Amino acid sequence: MAGSSGKNINVTIKVWRQKNKNQKGQFETHEMKGVSTDMSFLEMFDVLNERLITEGKDPVAFDHDCREGICGMCSMYINGRPHGPKQGVTTCQLHMRSFKDGDIIVVEPWRSAAFPVIKDLAVDRSSFDRIMAAGGFVSVNTGNAKDANNILIPKDDADEAFNAAACIGCGACVAACKNASAMLFVSAKVSQLALLPQGQVEREERVLNMVKQMDAEGFGNCTNTGACEAECPKGISLENIARMNREYIHASTIANRK
Amino acid sequence: MSNSKGFLKSSIGRKFVMGLTGLFLVSFLVVHVSINSLLFLCDGGETFNAAADFMAHNPVIRFLEIGLFIGLIAHIVQALVLTLANKKARPQGYAQVNGAANSTWYSRSMGLLGTLLLLFLVMHLYHFWWPTKVAVFTHNEHNTFEEIKAVFTDGTMGVISVVLYVVGCLSLSYHLLHGFQSGFQTLGLNHKKYTPVIKKIGIIFSIIVPLVFALMPIGFMAGFIH
Ligand code: SF4
Ligand code: FES
Repeated sequence: MAGSSGKNINVTIKVWRQKNKNQKGQFETHEMKGVSTDMSFLEMFDVLNERLITEGKDPVAFDHDCREGICGMCSMYINGRPHGPKQGVTTCQLHMRSFKDGDIIVVEPWRSAAFPVIKDLAVDRSSFDRIMAAGGFVSVNTGNAKDANNILIPKDDADEAFNAAACIGCGACVAACKNASAMLFVSAKVSQLALLPQGQVEREERVLNMVKQMDAEGFGNCTNTGACEAECPKGISLENIARMNREYIHASTIANRK
Repeated sequence: MSNSKGFLKSSIGRKFVMGLTGLFLVSFLVVHVSINSLLFLCDGGETFNAAADFMAHNPVIRFLEIGLFIGLIAHIVQALVLTLANKKARPQGYAQVNGAANSTWYSRSMGLLGTLLLLFLVMHLYHFWWPTKVAVFTHNEHNTFEEIKAVFTDGTMGVISVVLYVVGCLSLSYHLLHGFQSGFQTLGLNHKKYTPVIKKIGIIFSIIVPLVFALMPIGFMAGFIH
């Protein structure tokens, strides 16, 4: 391969296999010989699946779409960490050069009551969609398009809203959290709108409804360990959780709402 | 839509109670450590006994004591409710977890540290709070300084007590190391300028206060408090 570092390694994959949400799963071991270190982790799984298909076996189900770190689909809990050993990357951006020859690699699905396993490593994250539907939107005026920069926004607010908006909804925060809490995700979605003038109309209802939905979905409660922030591929900050707490406390108490 | 009743049942509402009561208990520690530091005056407990006597009889302090117990119980109850919910949120655990890669062990062990603290507290109340209550109630003369001294200088039992108290202080230290700044975060009190300061104060507080406490039983045993 052009530009290849030309190294091949042998690794052992212990991957979680589970037929569906209701069946009990178990680990399955596969020896992967001569894996190019230039391969991405998902490409390594492609190779494994091709082999399984040729052998007439069931390939490992896993989610993926963009393979460039923007869609958030590639949920894999690798060697005890969401998205594997590297910080700030999704599984599709993880390469086999991050592993050593002879490594045993344990791959599990996100484990959370609110993310039931669909099959093998693929989990159902529609709980996130329902949280978004509960309040992750803004009211917009109809009519002619406004001039750009018609609404002035302080640079700091714009930057912070932008940083919060970088969340790709991957769920690594939930996967990493010992409490399976979704507060980093929800707080990013609350923040990106609460910081901007366009988000003011539904500001209070938004946080009340999104948190209510988050609780109803069965996510756990944040204990501020910071595991989510450390494992988030997009570097979403814990400051967002403090902001969400503030917004929620304000909306539930001081804001004069029924 | 949520209302104020929903607030106290919500995840953030329960956490709010956790944070608020936690910081309230921290404020109690300030009073407790200040008064107990009078032990270091080494005047045979004269000043300390006077302060202890004031605390045991002053009606305002008695009233605040009730608040303290309510705060403590609320802290424990919320911790239990939240922990049970958190267990339910991940019915099937991971086969392999690398927690050290993303968080400190003590931030992940607040329940364990809290349980140790509770066990310590039961012993501690039995040692000192209960005898004082009995003495106040029966109008008996009692010398708090001598009572404390007796607990830590009573032969083998004394040594065991000192060790248990030091372990209690260590649990307190780690509980505070996470809890202090965590309380502020939960209350939404996050600020670009002040949060780093709060974090620093939290670390200093979490080391100094348990250390000063631990020096008391050690001081009685070693004889540098007299
Ligand atoms: S906050 Fe980070 S880890 Fe959580 S869903 Fe968003 S991008 Fe993923
Ligand atoms: S496949 Fe889209 S982020 Fe990994």
